[in-house]
Amino acid sequence: MIFLWAFIVAGLFCLVAQLILDNTKLTPGHITSMFTVLGAILGFFGVYDKLIKLAGGGASTIISNFGYLLYKGGIEGYQAKGILGIFTGILVNGGAAIVGAVVFAAILTIFFNPKD
Amino acid sequence: MNKDEYQKLVKKHEPQENKTQNALVAFLVGGLIGFMVEGIIQLLMGIFELSRVDASTWTCLIVIFIASLFTALGFFDNWMSKAKAGLLLPTTGFAHSVSSSALDYKKEGLITGLGANFFKLAGSVILFGILSAFVLVIVRVIMFG
Repeated sequence: MIFLWAFIVAGLFCLVAQLILDNTKLTPGHITSMFTVLGAILGFFGVYDKLIKLAGGGASTIISNFGYLLYKGGIEGYQAKGILGIFTGILVNGGAAIVGAVVFAAILTIFFNPKD
Repeated sequence: MNKDEYQKLVKKHEPQENKTQNALVAFLVGGLIGFMVEGIIQLLMGIFELSRVDASTWTCLIVIFIASLFTALGFFDNWMSKAKAGLLLPTTGFAHSVSSSALDYKKEGLITGLGANFFKLAGSVILFGILSAFVLVIVRVIMFG
């Protein structure tokens, strides 16, 4: 069942994004930023937790998951260390994606050149 | 020719994009990625006995690596333009934006090229993600303690 929901949830996120992309003048940059913020907002209302439980990888692969992880890291940091914990905690969960993208892109840039 | 007529003419010759087909492709590609990601997560949980959170993070890194590699090999740009939001919204879009700007600005030097443009596209995701998360955490702390 989780596989079906993974397909549906990830698909629906992309469908909505595509509809916004086609019917407004917003660029892909706007869309990804909007969905990241949306993820944090859904995390705030406790919806994204449920979405992850329901759809597993379908919810965790969408960029909104990044916003949700940032929010979750901030909350966990606050519970552990107070105000300072918000500053130190925000990137604890979501940092892996940034570090991964930086490291892989940097390594690949050494070996490859842009193709035209 | 007055302005209105010109606008009509422009509209008539604008390339017609099939929005329904775009939406369907985005749904199918996005759904397929969600399906495969769940598959990799369960595979990692089964083989290495990882927790779901750890398996998800590993899967995220694997997806980022694959998307970066395909971008470096040169055919991911083409895929992105065909699948549109189907590849933009999953982690693949984030990885693609970082690795493509890294590759594109490589020749302009390490600092002024690569360094200054690395987060050219992904920067807004990180900026607004952190800002919104911070504000929401503060709101929650004020509301519920």
